Amino acid sequence: MHVNEKDINEQIRWAQINADVLRSMENPRPAYWVAVAVCIAMVSCAVLAEIYQYNTGLGVTNLNNPHMWDMYIATFVFWIGMSHSGTLLSAILHIIHADWRKPIYRFAEAMTTFSLMTAGFFPMIHLGRIWNLYWVLPYVSDRGVWPNFRSPLAWDAFAISTYLSASAVFLFIGMIPDLAICRDNAKGWRKTLYTTLSLGWRGDDRQWRNFRKTYMLLACFLIPLAVSVHSIVSADFAMSIMPGWHVTTFPPYFVAGALYSGCAAIITLFVILRYFFRFEEYMTTAIMEKTCKLTFAIAMVWTYLNLIEFASTWYGHNIYDKEVLIYKATGPYAWIFWTMIFCGSVAPFALAIQKWRRHMPTMFVVSLLLNLGMYFERWMIVAPTLSMAYEPHQFYMMYGSIVQWAIVFGSFGWFGLLFLIFVKIFPSVSMYEVKEMVFHRRRHLDHETAVKFGRRARDAGTPATDTH
Amino acid sequence: MSFKNILENWSAFRKDAEAGGHHKYDHRWGMAINLDVCTGCNACSTACYAENNLAVVGKDRFEKGQAMHWMRIERYWDDADRQFPERGASFLPMMCQQCGAATCEPVCPVAATYHTPDGLNAQVYNRCIGSRYCSNNCPFRVRYFNFYSYYETWAEPLNQQLNPDISVRDKGVMEKCTFCVQRIRASNDKAKMENRAIADGEVQTACAQACPTGAIVFGDTMDPNSAVNKLWAKHEVKRGDYLSKKPKVNAEKRGYRIFEELNVDPSVMYLERVREEI
Repeated sequence: MHVNEKDINEQIRWAQINADVLRSMENPRPAYWVAVAVCIAMVSCAVLAEIYQYNTGLGVTNLNNPHMWDMYIATFVFWIGMSHSGTLLSAILHIIHADWRKPIYRFAEAMTTFSLMTAGFFPMIHLGRIWNLYWVLPYVSDRGVWPNFRSPLAWDAFAISTYLSASAVFLFIGMIPDLAICRDNAKGWRKTLYTTLSLGWRGDDRQWRNFRKTYMLLACFLIPLAVSVHSIVSADFAMSIMPGWHVTTFPPYFVAGALYSGCAAIITLFVILRYFFRFEEYMTTAIMEKTCKLTFAIAMVWTYLNLIEFASTWYGHNIYDKEVLIYKATGPYAWIFWTMIFCGSVAPFALAIQKWRRHMPTMFVVSLLLNLGMYFERWMIVAPTLSMAYEPHQFYMMYGSIVQWAIVFGSFGWFGLLFLIFVKIFPSVSMYEVKEMVFHRRRHLDHETAVKFGRRARDAGTPATDTH
Repeated sequence: MSFKNILENWSAFRKDAEAGGHHKYDHRWGMAINLDVCTGCNACSTACYAENNLAVVGKDRFEKGQAMHWMRIERYWDDADRQFPERGASFLPMMCQQCGAATCEPVCPVAATYHTPDGLNAQVYNRCIGSRYCSNNCPFRVRYFNFYSYYETWAEPLNQQLNPDISVRDKGVMEKCTFCVQRIRASNDKAKMENRAIADGEVQTACAQACPTGAIVFGDTMDPNSAVNKLWAKHEVKRGDYLSKKPKVNAEKRGYRIFEELNVDPSVMYLERVREEI
């Protein structure tokens, strides 16, 4: 079956784009409030669990002597990984001029920021003395005490805070022209909010020129950051001497895994937004197909890196490494290992089948499976090494307690809550970039249309709100 | 380290960087543990609990692996294939090995664990934020984390027995064997006041003191006349000698250090148990 269809209907009128996106920000339906309530309930679970853990001590998480890290760290890596695809779509695809990203990059970029805001909690929650957290930062102390700059955990603090602030700025900057459209159409408190946030955007030539430069600069700044942040997260493991952690390929492996789970999450949110906001015109099947192809490619990279890690361990004949690998595949955690292999390396083949990837409910389920596999992957990195490292007396296995589960569960609620608030306050489809995309396609694909609509917005005779 | 210093002492700097850790030692406290005379009686562990204000966590938490025994007796059962005529368990007293190139030290984000000039791997409780990376990176798994707060609820009348020379630790802090640093410091101060060097045997760790068979010998491995140094020399165990883990040619030389191939340079030498093989 060969389907030759357009990424977007280029005949769509600019006013229609504005109207569709602005509509998505209005009048939340009951389902929205139910979702908000569910998210708040989930966050409450986590807050209660954290209060209990804070007052009682970390023992309530079932952590023990060999297992000093567990689900908190796995979940931390998971959320950090989730954040990477926003950057992939908004920055990498931006500089390579892949314009199909335009209708879907905004929510992906928001996902980046929110998953970083979620991830940031976990290194804090897992600390024994959370109230001394700031000691990791190099603040000026009269005692001349500094953090240990050799420690990957100190690097983490820098890497994550830099990435979070850079991606939040990038999200905001990229939204300014859209915020101006919102400002022009809003009333009441929204008017005040958008007026402040749009920073006096008028859409004149000088502003657009500066905007383009700033946006490109930030994109170029963000790409190495995205690669470095997950390399540094992988250094949390790779810099140790533990078998199964001390792996040279961990930085690319982590970055590939990050892009992978991020793309899977984009597919999930794509389907949800398309369905609930009726964004069929923008989040088209053709774009879904492209996203799926991208995800499939990344899945294969991840699979390859996984296999070479196994192979180098197997043929390296380091007794400790090999033992951990065999333990992963055959020990008590084997069901997690094989689920990870299935979800991470077999399930993505569903993305290679055109009929399936055009079917949104199937893709929704598959993308959740992929992310389940990626969560298990993170957990398989953290826990089995601790179960079985060097000292045989300390071989032990454990599962996290309900407290850990509650906090991990709550983190999804927190992410969902942020996202739900976002989609009702900020445009989750980039209006100006969709217009750009439509404009370019009209011009390039169809000469007659180009002549008919002209090269400028006002030539097309559309209303004043359309000039942005 | 200034730039000039790096240029002038480049080779020394290179060597230091390769060897890692501290290099100008006043003392290097070390141990020799003779497994041949260890009976696995756990007296050392008990003495450690008493000396170092270790919390007794109770059965449930012990089973969960949340115990705080800085000194533990590891018990390994003999294989079923009857390698030895006498069957049973082997014991391995395990405590912090005070590694010369400790893997726990570089990973701590706040530098709460560091190397002292007398060869100890120190843990600063007040600085610890409980990231627990040190424990994850310890091949011996001898770092213990305060999963709960115990000092507030120290059982009566055991609170009367707490050692005033060292602190109790609150929840969220990592702790481990210190080679009874409070005793080392006390002897150090005493020797300094009397204007003399510390004599061999003047510092005894609680475990060495309590061991009924005298399996544990503690002392300064830099002092050529110390008992521990003589044992190390006799069994040809040298610090920094990690690359030459030679096969044993002489059965009399029973000394080894655990995980020597990891190049962590432990300060504890074990003497193999002598067993008659079938």
